[in-house]
Amino acid sequence: MSYATKSPWVIHYDGSSCNGCDIEVLAALCPGYDVERFGIINTGNPKHADIFLVTGSINEQNISVVQEIYNQMVEPKVVIACGICACSAGIFHDCYNVIGGVDKAIPVDVYAPGCAVRPEAIIDAVVQGLAILDEKSKALKAQKKGA
Amino acid sequence: MGKATIIPFGPQHPVLPEPLHLDLVVEDEKVVEAIPQIGFVHRGLEKLVETRDYNQFIYVAERICGICAFGHSYGYAETVERLMGVEVPERAQYLRVIWHELSRVHSHILWLGLAADAFGYESLFMHCWRLRERVLDIFEKTTGGRVIFSVVKVGGVVRDIDAAQLAEIIRVLEGIKQDYKQIMDAFLKDSSVMNRTVGVGYLSFEDATNLSMVGPFARASNVPYDVRSLGIGAYGSLSDFEPIVDAQGDCYARMKVRALEVLQSIDIIEEMIARIPSGDIAVAVKGSPADGAEAACVVEQPRGECYYYARGNGSKNLERMRMRTPTSQNLAGMVKALEGCDLADVNMVILTIDPCISCTER
Ligand code: SF4
Repeated sequence: MSYATKSPWVIHYDGSSCNGCDIEVLAALCPGYDVERFGIINTGNPKHADIFLVTGSINEQNISVVQEIYNQMVEPKVVIACGICACSAGIFHDCYNVIGGVDKAIPVDVYAPGCAVRPEAIIDAVVQGLAILDEKSKALKAQKKGA
Repeated sequence: MGKATIIPFGPQHPVLPEPLHLDLVVEDEKVVEAIPQIGFVHRGLEKLVETRDYNQFIYVAERICGICAFGHSYGYAETVERLMGVEVPERAQYLRVIWHELSRVHSHILWLGLAADAFGYESLFMHCWRLRERVLDIFEKTTGGRVIFSVVKVGGVVRDIDAAQLAEIIRVLEGIKQDYKQIMDAFLKDSSVMNRTVGVGYLSFEDATNLSMVGPFARASNVPYDVRSLGIGAYGSLSDFEPIVDAQGDCYARMKVRALEVLQSIDIIEEMIARIPSGDIAVAVKGSPADGAEAACVVEQPRGECYYYARGNGSKNLERMRMRTPTSQNLAGMVKALEGCDLADVNMVILTIDPCISCTER
């Protein structure tokens, strides 16, 4: 990717995380790391978002919520699993109420490891996500032309 | 009065920082009842004591909540030490208090930022979070982690903070204090902030005591209850400690109590650093908790009193580990405070109890 064609908006949902990863997601947006200066904005509305940042693992209660948000997002969209909990359920993998990582509920494009995930790792994942987003939108355009 | 309508609120909502679901029964714009539904973050981690031994479980305990991570590892370690009759070296007790109070500083500033966001002060939110980064830098220098530290172990702490670093902490805190005072004025003296918070979400002293509220939420309703005044561990050596209370019982009072507690915590840290004794930072812990032995402990987390209970069964694994966290206690008061408030104030009231849902549900 030579340059980004757009500034993505992100939506964040806290699955069953311990908050550690959530505050790091917010810290990445705030001064110190400040990705907002690149126009990356946290929105609460799934219809506005390009990138879905999920923290924490999936359980019986929140699986439908995560799927609902994902389904409401408009194509093209990218899912980033933030933190070990979201990647594979990590330290909580054998808890009785935990199903597993986010990929048990929705397709995940980028995995950002760490417990807690460091803001640098989130930024790195978002940059990778941007390339994927570009590819997906190209594929969508090609599909439309073909149809 | 109009007809009652039920508005579902959460778990994912633009103004909600935490996955909490509320059914709000409203008449016109007034909330008459709020029915909470929780369980979105339940992991069932208390049961993990059956598969992790008491030394390993401290890393699970720490991940109950990423904001008061240190407090949970501290409370858990303290409980297990009581269970096994371990005497923690004095220096370790002081270090624990220093880190614990630093956590409170970072947690309260984080909360003030979220509050600013809730009443629409976006740049104040950013200022708070920028200030908070400096506290996190101290954590990173002394423990290696920004939010999860893994620095406590049963019997003491893993790392020491040397004299140069302690002096550095004092220096950084002085700087933070200067900048913080400016931010604090914006919260406590700004007329639009006051319009938004004074008189909103009132909780009376009677309600606060009947529902056994804890933490800043209770102290803002004039309940002078703070576990730190019990003098557990190194808190006992503080020259004087007075819980910060306010009699107003509204959103403004809760904000004020937290805002002042930041300065109080900085004072505590400075006093601890001035007095810290030299010596060992940990003792070796051998053996297992006896069968049927029980111990309990309370810790003042940033959000209020947290109660820990542990029972041994003669093996390396505990029989039972149980905690009652401040937010699970405070939800009852939140529901009470929501009654009668305007729909537009709901997020403000929810926020001022500083809910931590991952603590509540574990
Ligand atoms: S990965 Fe670690 S810090 Fe992040 S939510 Fe899970 S336990 Fe918490």
